[in-house]
Amino acid sequence: MGTIGEAVRRRRSGLRAGVAGRILDFALIAIIAAFLILLGTKVVAQGGSFFVQILTFAVANGGIYALIALGYTMVYGIIELINFAHGDVFAFGAFLSGSLLPIFGLREGGAFTPVSAVALLAVFALTMLACAFLNISIERIAYRPLRHAPRLAPLITAVGVSFFLEGALFLWKGPSNVHYPNILPNAGFELFGATIGVKDLLVIGISLILMFALGLFVQRSRLGKAMRATAQDRDAALLMGIDIDRTIAATFFIGAILAGAGGTMYGLYYNTSVFDLGFSAGLVAFTAAVFGGIGNIYGAAIGGMVIGMIRTFWDGYFDSAWTDVMIFTILILVLIFRPTGLLGMRVPEK
Amino acid sequence: MALLEISKIDVFYGRVQALRAVTLSVDAGEIVALIGSNGAGKTTTLRTISGLMHPTGGKIVFDGRELQQTKAHEIVKTGICQSPEGRRLFPRMTVFDNLMMGTYARKELSGLQDDIANVYELFPRLKERTKQLAGTLSGGEQQMLAIGRALMAHPKLLMLDEPSLGLAPILVETIFRVCTDINAKGMPILLVEQNASKALEIAHRAYVLETGSIVQTGTGKELLSSPDVQRAYLGM
Repeated sequence: MGTIGEAVRRRRSGLRAGVAGRILDFALIAIIAAFLILLGTKVVAQGGSFFVQILTFAVANGGIYALIALGYTMVYGIIELINFAHGDVFAFGAFLSGSLLPIFGLREGGAFTPVSAVALLAVFALTMLACAFLNISIERIAYRPLRHAPRLAPLITAVGVSFFLEGALFLWKGPSNVHYPNILPNAGFELFGATIGVKDLLVIGISLILMFALGLFVQRSRLGKAMRATAQDRDAALLMGIDIDRTIAATFFIGAILAGAGGTMYGLYYNTSVFDLGFSAGLVAFTAAVFGGIGNIYGAAIGGMVIGMIRTFWDGYFDSAWTDVMIFTILILVLIFRPTGLLGMRVPEK
Repeated sequence: MALLEISKIDVFYGRVQALRAVTLSVDAGEIVALIGSNGAGKTTTLRTISGLMHPTGGKIVFDGRELQQTKAHEIVKTGICQSPEGRRLFPRMTVFDNLMMGTYARKELSGLQDDIANVYELFPRLKERTKQLAGTLSGGEQQMLAIGRALMAHPKLLMLDEPSLGLAPILVETIFRVCTDINAKGMPILLVEQNASKALEIAHRAYVLETGSIVQTGTGKELLSSPDVQRAYLGM
């Protein structure tokens, strides 16, 4: 396909091959091992119940990042574009669902009844759909006209769309942190001395269900197969009778559905959002997608989980002021030592 | 009226004209070869028929329908399928999944088992590798898979772009034999080849393309014995 993409791929596979690749892998493993040993001493010092508590938070956090990372990786997989606006679609989901909750009768401090559960489900569905329509509009208006332009053009456009959305969110709810209604019961149960809350279970449960559903969809459904085919060879997909424009739009649609669910869960879990949430969370999720091997959906799910967990563990056991430094150090290390990511392409292109 | 009738199409890459008033036709049951040197416009012709490119002038009529401005994914549904230059398989799908992608545009999905069995009968090698990723196949196997994938679409016209390119002589024989076999069962084939002598041997009719224009046409035998063709393409 594109010459830049091919050059990058060739450079990557070049790096992966031979002794140099093995040394790089070894160095990466050494760094990870050093980190784990450091973490291990802290874990032992702080005791088991704290560890279980942090682990619960970590998995919930990882689930949310995985959902966002999937949107980055799916779009990259199919049109080799980093959709920088994707993080902002996620933030839009957090903003929109926060505003929808009161409309559906879900208020902070109110009792959580089965009716509330149905209302919450409706908020989820509406938010996911709204994000999906936002994202396919972005694709239609900003990216599709640039389908045959040099690669840098849609990339810069994506940055522009991201700024545009952040501006819109800024105008909508202002510059400061916005409180997100805390509607879920604060109940929970004890496990090894740690408290596992309803929130934790909801976030972990929903993100796992969505990831599993996505996996099934991409492997089994007709549209999922069309998406994989288009990602692997666009012209060949056309020659099989696949409507490329529709397939690409569907990819944006599905990625944004996951981001919408992630945004809603982020709000429900952390009870706060802010207009530039998409930038910060987006960068972390993008790092996760690269970490897992950009373009690979299993890689994004695992990468999101791992990065989210590293974040939470760092917050819990080390200094949270350094968490972002840590995340981007990982991004740099991955790019140096394993540019194809954890599950990068292992099969030759042709 | 022929099955495929192309009249006077002009095709451009940007400002460069790749095809000049190309006219050709394929009748039911025929193998038609399109020969010519590198850059003559053979692949462009197939890409234009498939709708990956659109002509600025002229007509493409297939099965009574004008196709020159139809989108590529719609053209497949009318019954034209090609095995493209460079095979263009889906490298990270299995052999079986690649074959199934061939059926994507089919409305009638009955008899899939038979179709798969037919492809495996034509190319027993593919059957052994049914669960293998297409990207890990050898060149010859990839070519077989590309042809098989196109056949899975149940086309009314099969187009093959350089099926013998880069293959060992014994595999070249296999591919051309399969072409004749498929054709004997009634499948019309439009064959683009650099291996002119082989293509002309099996073709009922052939066209010679030079720098975007058809310069000669005739039956396969006529062109094989034509001094111009012999000098330019057969190395005699």
